[in-house]
Amino acid sequence: MSELWYAIAVLMLTAYVVLDGFDFGTGALHLFVARTDPERRQVLAAIGPYWDGNEVWLLAAGGALFVGFPKILSSGISGFYFAIFLVLWSLVLRGIAIEFRSHVNDTIWRRTWDLGFGVASILLPVFFGAALGNLIRGVPLDAGGWFELALFTDFSAKDPVGILDWYTVLVGVFALAALVGHGATFLSWKTDGPVQERTRRLVRPLHGVIAGLWIAVTAATAAVNRDLLAALPGRPLAILLASAAAAGLVTVFVASPRGRDRAAFLGSSVFLAGLSMATAACVFPVMLRSISDPALSLTAYNAGGDPTGLRTALGWLAIGLPLAILYFVIVFRVHRGKAVAAADGEGY
Amino acid sequence: MGDSLFLHRLQFAFTLIYHYLFPVLTMGLAFLIVVMKALGLRSGGERWNDAARFWIRIFGINFAVGVVTGIPMEFQFGTNWARFSRYAGNVIGHTLAMEGLFAFFLESSFLSLLVFGEKRLSRAGHFAAAVALFVGSWLSGYFIITTNAFMQHPVGFRVGPDGSLLLADFAAFLFNPWALAQYAHNMTSTVVTASFVVAALGAFYLLQGRHLEQARLFLKLGTTAGLISSVLVAFPTGDTQAKQVARYQPVALAAMEGRFESGPRAGLTMIGQPNVRERRLDNPVTVPLILSVLAFGHTASEVQGLNAFPERDWPDNIELLYYAFHIMAGLGTILIAIMAVANLLGWMGRLEKSGPMLWVLMLAFPFPYIAVIAGWVTTELGRQPWLVYGLFRTAQGSSPTVHGGTVLFTLLGFCGLYFVLGVLFLFLIAREIGHGPSPVSPRGEAAHV
Repeated sequence: MSELWYAIAVLMLTAYVVLDGFDFGTGALHLFVARTDPERRQVLAAIGPYWDGNEVWLLAAGGALFVGFPKILSSGISGFYFAIFLVLWSLVLRGIAIEFRSHVNDTIWRRTWDLGFGVASILLPVFFGAALGNLIRGVPLDAGGWFELALFTDFSAKDPVGILDWYTVLVGVFALAALVGHGATFLSWKTDGPVQERTRRLVRPLHGVIAGLWIAVTAATAAVNRDLLAALPGRPLAILLASAAAAGLVTVFVASPRGRDRAAFLGSSVFLAGLSMATAACVFPVMLRSISDPALSLTAYNAGGDPTGLRTALGWLAIGLPLAILYFVIVFRVHRGKAVAAADGEGY
Repeated sequence: MGDSLFLHRLQFAFTLIYHYLFPVLTMGLAFLIVVMKALGLRSGGERWNDAARFWIRIFGINFAVGVVTGIPMEFQFGTNWARFSRYAGNVIGHTLAMEGLFAFFLESSFLSLLVFGEKRLSRAGHFAAAVALFVGSWLSGYFIITTNAFMQHPVGFRVGPDGSLLLADFAAFLFNPWALAQYAHNMTSTVVTASFVVAALGAFYLLQGRHLEQARLFLKLGTTAGLISSVLVAFPTGDTQAKQVARYQPVALAAMEGRFESGPRAGLTMIGQPNVRERRLDNPVTVPLILSVLAFGHTASEVQGLNAFPERDWPDNIELLYYAFHIMAGLGTILIAIMAVANLLGWMGRLEKSGPMLWVLMLAFPFPYIAVIAGWVTTELGRQPWLVYGLFRTAQGSSPTVHGGTVLFTLLGFCGLYFVLGVLFLFLIAREIGHGPSPVSPRGEAAHV
């Protein structure tokens, strides 16, 4: 049951990364690739129907972790207290920037919200990446399974660590690059005209950067967490997922210059999903790694939820998850084709 | 941890009360929008569709603020109440996760169809989108109420080997009798709030002499739904809820009523000031016998006072609990009276010409909000000193590694952020009211600007 819930939580988090990932990438890019108000409305129309639903995956994944691993969720979220609030406030800014922008037809009003949308969309991937970096590097867990972390210490990635150090910031930058690349493939697919031309030109260089950073982060991970890469040869699933990620990246390089934008977007999605799940498969069963003593680490086994309750949860999950996917299919079908900027004052 | 506990509680209370100002309207409005779309389908004309379109825009702005202020609520279970999450997560994690899965996905998917899809969908299709949004928002309310009901009256659990709570009976947990009563009471109160808001805007436009046709519709719908729902809030839903408190939280009932001595033939306190130090109610005005009847159905029924309970089990802020309850009940009564008079005038055909009544309706809309917040303050303070009633004290629930100063910092951050958010919200709502209802544009959205 612990393995199953670990897989469920990872799948939901992966759905969040892939789906809200293109919102973040789009938000980070739109300041540069969409210059006029109609172009920016076109960008917002591209993500408008999806972003709120995409964000729900974060809440759903959080809920799955709450049910499946309450001990890990509670120490993780309270330990990262300050960072969590930075994320929450950025999510508030991102949400109202998208929703409030269209209500007033005024250049300064709209540019202000564009800036807010852009800044929040750049900060959030860095925060999420840094959070992942913290999980891989490890945190100073005590015997009760609690920890607290300063925002930063000496940036050395050695105990005493802070939330931000050279390693976690590097993972944050990698996450930003990966999601900006993802957003570029999304915009190339869902827009036309000048916005599409500009983002298409960015897809290959961005993915070159991503490939380079991927190698750098892998090398850095080997230095920070020896167990992780040492475990890789014995984990065929992780190798398979990492290969899928690499294949996704290659797909982007092949498909984008040939104008096959949807294939490039799907390649980018496979890359993100493969990478997220490969990481999860490598660290399993450790969920909150102790930086000092491996015996203190919280794992899917020693901190798993109650199996009886989880069997019940499988019941409602089996009803709810297909429904959620059905809604997404409906929304994607209703809004299929290129995004069209709404006439002024109408929608995004 | 003494100081930081207070700050954890204050931050949760502040962010929750602020958040709830938005869903209280959207849940009630979702119901009224379904009613407007249904009337539009039946009558065939555009009047009700125009009305619905306007309120969907108001709904959209409220919904956006509700979403962004709601996300911090979910996370604060972990950030600020980590020991509680560890203790009860195996149980309440279910409803919190189900809210995301069953309610949020439904709402987020169909909102854009409702707001932007009127011309793309048939009349029946657009009505269906309104129904989907109504179901989503009311489901969301149910899962949150179930979570709260478990904290008020825990059922369906067992205690695990490490002392934390585990789910034993899912159906008992999900259909907690406390949740059913609280849900009925709460959801009718959201309809009261939305009705007063709709009626207030109708009155405003009539007093201004603008959008007269729509104003009459708003007034008619607002006062009709307002009378029905404000009566239902008191009876049977509020009455049932009070009986549950009397049965399962007698010490909370005693504090709500400022009652220290036990005994039969208990009177209902109308006004008075609880004097906790001297253990008496100062300057009371009571209606004889009524409390015994309301709480237990008979004048001879014994109603316990606070003195019957050890002081360590008393709610920790009896004064605020007492006043919150009386503000809720008093306002509830006034709201019924306002709607009764408005309906009487409407029935006589004089409502639209009655200046004073229109003024009252226009200015009364904040009071259901206040009543709702006071009601929730009553519920949550009545639960004290417990986080899970009778099992787990609030003092045991906060995060062990988070310092008071850190909480104060984030609390002040929320104050600033939410102040700005409130100003922007009011600005946008005022603009919508200024534009007023407008006919549908060729592309299907409300056209203006």
